[in-house]
Amino acid sequence: MATDELLPLYRQMLLIRRVEEEAARAYVQGKIGGFLHLYIGQEAIAVGTEAAIQKRDAVITTYRDHGFALARGMSARAVMAELFGRDTGCSRGLGGSMHMFDRENRFYGGHGIVGGHVAVGAGIAFRAKYLQQDDVTLCFFGEGATNIGGFHEGLSLAGLWKLPAVFVCENNLYSMGTPLVRSMPAKDLTDKAAGYSMARDRFDGHDVLHVRDRIREAVERARSGGGPTLVEILTYRFRGHSMSDPGKYRTSEEVEEKKRQHDPVRIARQGLLDAGTPEAELAAVDAGVEDEVRDAVRFADESPPPTLETMYDCVLAPEGGLDA
Amino acid sequence: MREVRYRDALREAMAEEMRRDPTVVLMGEEVGHYQGAYKVTQGLLEEFGDQRVIDTPIAEAGFSGIAVGAAMTGLRPIVEFMTWNFSLVAFDQIVNNAAKMYQMSGGQLPVPVVFRGPNASARQVGSQHSHAVEPFYTNVPGLYVVYPSTPRDAKGLLKTAIRSDNPVVFLEGETLYNAKGEVPEEEELIPFGVARVAREGTDVTVVTWGRPYVTVMKVAEELAERGVSCEVIDPRTLRPLDHETIVESVKKTNRCVVVHEHWPYGGPGAEIVDRVQRDAFDYLDAPILRATNLDVPMPYAIELENEVIVTEARVREAIERVCYLD
Repeated sequence: MATDELLPLYRQMLLIRRVEEEAARAYVQGKIGGFLHLYIGQEAIAVGTEAAIQKRDAVITTYRDHGFALARGMSARAVMAELFGRDTGCSRGLGGSMHMFDRENRFYGGHGIVGGHVAVGAGIAFRAKYLQQDDVTLCFFGEGATNIGGFHEGLSLAGLWKLPAVFVCENNLYSMGTPLVRSMPAKDLTDKAAGYSMARDRFDGHDVLHVRDRIREAVERARSGGGPTLVEILTYRFRGHSMSDPGKYRTSEEVEEKKRQHDPVRIARQGLLDAGTPEAELAAVDAGVEDEVRDAVRFADESPPPTLETMYDCVLAPEGGLDA
Repeated sequence: MREVRYRDALREAMAEEMRRDPTVVLMGEEVGHYQGAYKVTQGLLEEFGDQRVIDTPIAEAGFSGIAVGAAMTGLRPIVEFMTWNFSLVAFDQIVNNAAKMYQMSGGQLPVPVVFRGPNASARQVGSQHSHAVEPFYTNVPGLYVVYPSTPRDAKGLLKTAIRSDNPVVFLEGETLYNAKGEVPEEEELIPFGVARVAREGTDVTVVTWGRPYVTVMKVAEELAERGVSCEVIDPRTLRPLDHETIVESVKKTNRCVVVHEHWPYGGPGAEIVDRVQRDAFDYLDAPILRATNLDVPMPYAIELENEVIVTEARVREAIERVCYLD
């Protein structure tokens, strides 16, 4: 294993982990309001898939979006400031935790209606095909979304039109608090791919390099005109669905066991140590992440809220093209 | 000036804009090979090909969502709903995605998409196919809601809608498609938020849009023979609403009647009443009245349907009442 490949991925996953741990702390302190859906435990998916795509490729996801925002290249400052509802946040404090966007890095949100963004992701891919651009769209969702109509219509059209997209289900097993066995008739949700005449893949999502290597096949299929793929990545969220989740649908023993066996950050760190990376080098990386997170919290704390003018300016786009 | 049918005016607008801008694409059920359920898109497939005139499966949520995703990344899609009744299964895409994307992204992602198709009653098609949907969509900030009543407005407003950088709900009167009217040969872009005074008058201001516009113009003609002078105002866009033109007219006539095909509970009809009472209170000589469809799901039987859709009699009665002629 090449440690120079794994090290930046480890750092990125740790950054996501630490940003979210600090966000959870700020939430308890009342600095973050509303819903906060943490990605802790699933970091290998956002970081591993990012490592397999190009900057010109597009990513769109659900409300569990902080990890993807950071993986795409958004600064910790912009993420934290958005969580704090500040004007300096990625969506100027108008979106919040669930609605992070970064046009420059081709990160298209951050969507709060389960399944509602799947067809939008297909639309981003539709644009690529129409304009004969060679970028690929990665559209992420949870296993709970695979029961709703928006999912089926999005995949159905993507399959019909052979759009350059990869539809990635992050299966963290419990929807919000209902285990799969009580919410879905299919045992293997990639069975659904057959209905859309779509390729499929299914693999474990705790090893970041494994995620990177496995998703490549679907990305290359999309890029080379082979159409979309439905990919299921098996994962586990270590925290509740959101901050208000009492977690009564699973045992604490199960959660602790998963943390011991499947923590993607710990697995990557151990992998680096096993490959001979000096502990001191990792400690330096860890310290750098701590500085970045501390700086992000300070930045968010010190940033101003958005103004009423910003709020009104962001209802409708200025009309630039009427006379052009 | 030449005469053009409403449906042909709409097609001219789309064809001209598609010639002008290669990022404009049209998608919907039966828009291509079938030539359009209402023949609005007739001939477009032949001119622009199947890459730009795209037949979709019956999946409104799917293709509306695809249009939003394409719009936020550089295309200008036109989505045809076979009727606006079917937009209800795409409501999430229009309300949560098209209308919110620019706001949620803090102004990063405009969504230049047009959703268009026939609206309101189509005669004896029953309750699920007879919705006047304007109250559903005018309630939503982040959308424009346009509703032309004449061929000229249909063409000029649709061209503006296609060039707009924001999502547009474009409502076409299902029973107006055959209506003929003057449409200029030369290019005309009609701005949003500017009402049209369709008939000048001095005794009462009547505000109306869509199919009831035809009803109102006929009643106004009859009442003129009896010495009642109606000023008819067509807002043309319901969001934004040009209430200045309406309020100025009421300040002149001192009376106001609002006529529409949507249900009477709320909606743009009630919104106009609210704005007029607020801004022209001291000028009013009578309560503002509305003539609307009856507050029931549309019945099938022709005798009942004729009563439910806002009638000439109800329009006449409302005008007479505010003029104290009854």
